[in-house]
Amino acid sequence: MSTLLEVNNLHVEVEGKEILKGISLKVEKGQVHALMGPNGSGKSTLSNTLMGHPKYKVTQGQILFNGQDLTPLKTDARARMGIFLAFQYPTAIQGVTVANFMRTAMKARFGEAFQSKEFRKTLKGAMASLGVDESFATRYVNDGFSGGEKKRHEVLQMALLKPQLALMDETDSGLDIDALRTVSEGVNRLRGPELGILLITHYQRLLNYIQPDAVHVLVDGRIVRSGGKELALELEAKGYAPYEKETVAS
Amino acid sequence: MTDNGKPLDIGQNYEEQYGFHDPEKYVFKSKKGLTSTTVEEISEMKSEPEWMRNYRLKALASYEKKPLPAWADVGMLSQIPFDDIYYYLKPMEEQGKTWEDVPADIKNTFDKLGIPEAERKFLAGVTAQYESEVVYHSINKELEKQGVIFLGMDDGLKKYPDLVKKYFGSLIPAADNKFSALNSAVWSGGSFIYIPKGVKVAIPLQAYFRINAKNMGQFERTLIIADEGSSVHYIEGCTAPVYSSDSLHSAVVELIALPHSHIRYTTIQNWSKNVYNLVTKRAIAHENATVEWLDGNLGSKLTMKYPGVILAGRKARGEVVSVAFSGKGQHQDAGAKMIHLAPETSSTILSKSISKDGGRTSYRGLVQVHPEAENVKSSVRCDALLMDEISRSDTYPTMEIDAKKVRIEHEATVSKVGEEQLFYLMSRGLKEQEATTMIVNGFFEAFAKELPLEYAVELNRLVQLEMEGSVG
Repeated sequence: MSTLLEVNNLHVEVEGKEILKGISLKVEKGQVHALMGPNGSGKSTLSNTLMGHPKYKVTQGQILFNGQDLTPLKTDARARMGIFLAFQYPTAIQGVTVANFMRTAMKARFGEAFQSKEFRKTLKGAMASLGVDESFATRYVNDGFSGGEKKRHEVLQMALLKPQLALMDETDSGLDIDALRTVSEGVNRLRGPELGILLITHYQRLLNYIQPDAVHVLVDGRIVRSGGKELALELEAKGYAPYEKETVAS
Repeated sequence: MTDNGKPLDIGQNYEEQYGFHDPEKYVFKSKKGLTSTTVEEISEMKSEPEWMRNYRLKALASYEKKPLPAWADVGMLSQIPFDDIYYYLKPMEEQGKTWEDVPADIKNTFDKLGIPEAERKFLAGVTAQYESEVVYHSINKELEKQGVIFLGMDDGLKKYPDLVKKYFGSLIPAADNKFSALNSAVWSGGSFIYIPKGVKVAIPLQAYFRINAKNMGQFERTLIIADEGSSVHYIEGCTAPVYSSDSLHSAVVELIALPHSHIRYTTIQNWSKNVYNLVTKRAIAHENATVEWLDGNLGSKLTMKYPGVILAGRKARGEVVSVAFSGKGQHQDAGAKMIHLAPETSSTILSKSISKDGGRTSYRGLVQVHPEAENVKSSVRCDALLMDEISRSDTYPTMEIDAKKVRIEHEATVSKVGEEQLFYLMSRGLKEQEATTMIVNGFFEAFAKELPLEYAVELNRLVQLEMEGSVG
């Protein structure tokens, strides 16, 4: 195995306030890591920082992707290298169709290798396997999408853009049980020896569908515990309260 | 889009594509500034009937009396160099019947602008105006056989004096506003169109307006009459050279939609940024007739334009879809007027504007429902997009509702190109500039999808050029 993502002592500020206070994390190729934690613990901050959101300032530490330092790279460069963020709240882009958006994104991601002639077929196939209606292609990006449609749309993009590292931010939130199953199956199909996934979630239930190799508990900007998938079950039973006390005590 | 992500210079590009100019050659050029002598000279050269000459002189008096509109962007308006403008410039002796009849310089200009090519490919007729006069016009032979009239306005007056006298100034009297008075005094060129009963013109007629000379004033006058049950789509485009001194364009356009007819009027305004564009456009829609104004404003220094529809007959429909793009030093002051006089009439206004680099956009709208107009529907929506902190957008909507049983919807939004939208697109690998262009094109989509394909492509391209150079 080789290391895909290595985060060392990462400190991040948002508008002058420190949110992440020294995170270290290692994701090997082919692994799924779950990052769990209460609201406000910094889970979304980590995914946004890894994707290079300009509002999130790295004040200390290092992010290595395939051994390369990501910190100086802009969001689009990171995306073209194979990092993907499935958004918790994907934003609407008026007047831009899903097909047009996907074509442009795939061109950006794959450059010369993008098969323009195959695009329609590829898109149709990917939509079918996620149980998405064909009319989806001509709708405007996230415009008037239901919660479930937005999440399927994120996974659809992930399937088409073939990332090496997928950051999935609360992909389970707002999904009913059937949608959760379809979306999880979609993600599981993408799993393989090359893809690393960082699964950010508040609840354990997603992990019934997508089995993680490791679970980390994030509280107040620090990883307070790491373990195997059994840790998620423990959290389900006891909640985050014991860890929050730990933090206060330290 | 440049593949290497290198921004293009907007001004430089406009200069190459539209901003070039020919040497000034003309058979007659009026003296700078405007007096009754100028007006009499114009009328004299055109050998006009007495009534038109008097109409002009009366309009001039009205123009001189009227102050600049106090509600408008007075700061910009007061800089118009009225006394330095040439109010009439005749580029050639006789209008061309074929492009070969047009002097080489002028033909060359229209070639560069792609007009003869467009004519061959997808137009039913073309009028090309250069300075004050129509230098070329043509119409599809089939349409001519069906009785469709498509002429320069001056020819229209010569050949169909009764029709012109009946409708000329019927919707926009000379004294309507300062600039309609100015146009009525010195008008020259423009289109005269008559579509006979029941004739449907399937492909568009186009006029192209070109200013070439410095300090030029262009004052074309257009009148379109769609007889009962007929339909027509008219498209106008306009460009000018880039000069350091300002030019003035002030048109008057009147559309007469008789019962059950359909007129669509599309404008792609792309004047250079030294042109004041102050235009009055109004239509009347009789019973069950439809009038649509599609208005794209990309260029000019200051544009003031509020296309209107007087809904005079039962079930008449009016629509204005306008988009405006305002960059550095520009103010696009645009909007719409819907006057509901009859029952069961409906109107839709959709206005979209983008401002960047300190540009300014304004929406000014009026919806008026008269007491006898029952069961009226009207919907107004204006969306403004600000690209940065230094740009500005204002909305001035007016509603005057004097009838019962009226359904009016009004919605206005101002948004900023969100950091979140950019982040979303960039997280899929799009460069910042690509992402911005995509957001802006998407914003304009509602307008672009109404355009014939060739124009939609052109609009997208223009927007792309505007966006390049703005983001590094």
